[in-house]
Amino acid sequence: MRSTGRMGTGDPADRPQLAPHVRMRFDTARQQHTILSPEAVVVVNDTGAAIVELCDGARTVEQIRDELRGRYDQVADGDVRDFLAGLVARHAVVMHRG
Amino acid sequence: MPWSCTVDRPFALLAELTYACPLHCPYCSNPLQLDDYRDELTTEQWQRVFTEAAALGVLQLHLSGGEPLQRHDIVELVRCASALGLYTNLITSGLGLSLRRAEQLHTAGLDHVQISLQADNPVLSDRIAGTPSFERKLTAARLVKELGWPLTLNVVLHRENLDHIEGVLELAESMGADRLELANTQYYGWAGRNRAGLLPSRAQLDHAEAAVRAARERLRETMEIIYVVPDHYSRHPKPCMDGWARRQLTVVPNGEALPCPAAHDVARGLGLAPVGVREHSLQWIWQESPLFRQFRGESWMPEPCRSCDRRHIDFGGCRCQAFALTGDASRTDPVCELSPDHGLIEDVVHAANSSDRQEDSLVPRPQVGHRVRQ
Repeated sequence: MRSTGRMGTGDPADRPQLAPHVRMRFDTARQQHTILSPEAVVVVNDTGAAIVELCDGARTVEQIRDELRGRYDQVADGDVRDFLAGLVARHAVVMHRG
Repeated sequence: MPWSCTVDRPFALLAELTYACPLHCPYCSNPLQLDDYRDELTTEQWQRVFTEAAALGVLQLHLSGGEPLQRHDIVELVRCASALGLYTNLITSGLGLSLRRAEQLHTAGLDHVQISLQADNPVLSDRIAGTPSFERKLTAARLVKELGWPLTLNVVLHRENLDHIEGVLELAESMGADRLELANTQYYGWAGRNRAGLLPSRAQLDHAEAAVRAARERLRETMEIIYVVPDHYSRHPKPCMDGWARRQLTVVPNGEALPCPAAHDVARGLGLAPVGVREHSLQWIWQESPLFRQFRGESWMPEPCRSCDRRHIDFGGCRCQAFALTGDASRTDPVCELSPDHGLIEDVVHAANSSDRQEDSLVPRPQVGHRVRQ
């Protein structure tokens, strides 16, 4: 059975997705990527934005990491997982499991 | 091309579209005198405000009131804001959210809906709201879910409903809320009149906070619970607005621009003429208007704030509360235990916990009309 959770399990088979109330956009006035919810603005760098764009609820954390390694030179093992765990803690990303 | 800006750009605009509202909540934070705000901005004027806000760097637009659904142009306004890329948040009682209206708003690109509830049951909720509304709110909330929006419920907490906190948490869970905002009353505008009747006891708060902690643990996978602390019971003041004219601004129904939604009286207290979007650009207001510059940064701060390590954390607290309680908006927020005026808070807190406390009856907010000049 599938479940959706807000607590990151760190399982590489989890499939992350932006929470339904959350949207990412480029902030042209400040020239930075932002993740928006009603009361919060989270600023992310280019790599972060690339990760979030891949969070479609279908790709697993592992697949996102692999895809990112194809684009950027230095993506350490825990980078994607830690970044997403931070967004999960802020209720910006939900993890689909199983 | 965004304008250049010499100070930090605002992230959020609170657009108080109208002060008309079908509810009569005794904790209403809108100003006592609403007649001054009945001459509302037109659709075109609001659209210009949104356009200027986006250029200034605003990312989030909160459409509020009063009841924003009382504006017949609400769909047009959402469509405009959405086309500008703004994150749009409708803050509503739920009254007026028909299926047709909800579908139109959804198509127009509305990102998020927040619906207020006054309590966990119809009798108490309707009594606080001053009108039969509980069932209509539940219907509106179901509609929000059905259309695929996330559902945020907002409950303002006070002496009359705090003991129902478990019921509120259960109701929110059963409604499938994604987010529950539990906001202890702040005593601005009409709420200031009712403070003695609204201010809870410490025992009530302890009970509620334990219930919230337990629910957060139990529901952590399904519901985000936001708890806005009761500042009268805090040692330190709230970091109001994250600093005056630093992160967000408010435009009220008649176009007056304020650094925070409660600053109407502060502006008058300072002897400043109202500054509004009918006469000025939002950029000029944000950067140059005397009211916005008045408490920006730290140079205005008195002691004990000026030399306090926490001045970067709480920014001296709330200017509006300082003004409401001391008559001087530049004093330290009396909520702060270091404030020379802290006795003003201690006295009302003492009274709220006194065994011989008299029951105060809450005065409902009277209804207000509105018109849009075309």
